[in-house]
Amino acid sequence: MSSSKSFLDQLFESRILHASGVDGLYARSGTFEDVVSRFETFALTFGEHEITEAMVFPPGMPMADFETSGYMKNFPQLAGTVHAFCGGDHDHMGLLQCMAAGEDWTKGQEATQVALIPAACYPLYPILARRGALPENGAYVALQSYCFRHEPSKDPARMQMFRQREYVRVGTEDQAMAFRETWKERGQEMMKRLCLPHEVDIANDPFFGRGGRMMGASQREQALKFEMLVPINSVESPTACMSFNYHMDNFGKAWDIKLQDGSPAHTACVGFGLERITLALFRHHGLDVAAWPEDVRKALWG
Amino acid sequence: MNDIVRELLAKHGSLPVSVDQISDDADLYDAGLSSFASVQLMLALEEHFDVEFPEHLLNRKSFSSVEAIVAALAEITGDQQAA
Repeated sequence: MSSSKSFLDQLFESRILHASGVDGLYARSGTFEDVVSRFETFALTFGEHEITEAMVFPPGMPMADFETSGYMKNFPQLAGTVHAFCGGDHDHMGLLQCMAAGEDWTKGQEATQVALIPAACYPLYPILARRGALPENGAYVALQSYCFRHEPSKDPARMQMFRQREYVRVGTEDQAMAFRETWKERGQEMMKRLCLPHEVDIANDPFFGRGGRMMGASQREQALKFEMLVPINSVESPTACMSFNYHMDNFGKAWDIKLQDGSPAHTACVGFGLERITLALFRHHGLDVAAWPEDVRKALWG
Repeated sequence: MNDIVRELLAKHGSLPVSVDQISDDADLYDAGLSSFASVQLMLALEEHFDVEFPEHLLNRKSFSSVEAIVAALAEITGDQQAA
């Protein structure tokens, strides 16, 4: 893989990804998608008997639930909301004139009831809350969603639209913490079987602004977030391909998810960056999947 | 300085209890101060005192009690009397 060409250019040249003209927004080839899908199947063999249900979300979530999540408090720079034309004939004419003149035609767009999902587990919480108190064993959900984060980059591992597969545990503090510790171990086992260099490290989310630095420091001090780091675009700054998060009772309180005794539920999630893991496999095992090491082929192709 | 810290804590701390019931050395996180509320408090303190919290003070410890906040401000303003 030693080449003066960037990894992204190599992926374009081998038609594994296709450029769109916008950084971080790429078409995936059949080959790429086959690896994504095989990784998902592989991931689901871990902890499959613990799952109580599975969900897949569309890329958008209700704006009201997005607001409840508090995402705009912490990550306003990454959020994306869906806006649409809601005018009449005259507005339409004005819009077309604006476009023809190369002016900003988006000023009149109005907010819809849809926000783009920033993290795959967000739409789950209001669904659980609406069901009333959790069953005694809590919930253990396997889910997947496209996510959006506004951070255009030439690093192929930092896409604007990407998929996360997650397992989410909702229950008592002990259940949530035990879940996260189990998945830290399982994540390493998965990486070993995929023959990827990896390291688990404490981490923080990219909170916005100066206040965000304090939020990040606080998150680290409380050891709430760990990441599975794998070198993809650079060895110096390896990429988080998985994350293991304990949210305390923040989401339980925000969405009013209750345990049987009426107290707010604690939540934890493990997230797999599907594009990132797929890119890591291409980065370390080569662009020709047929030539990947036998152990990796065995794990993914069976 | 203590009074102003308490006033801003009451306004921005979103605490479930009255600030008057909290002693100077009581743990504010135990009293219900969230990470986000501590950031709001930090920004309000910066605005009021026209200072900027340096990197090494942007942590939970600096906001863990009224006296810790006063000590942090004293360090920033260089006014040791205030501590």
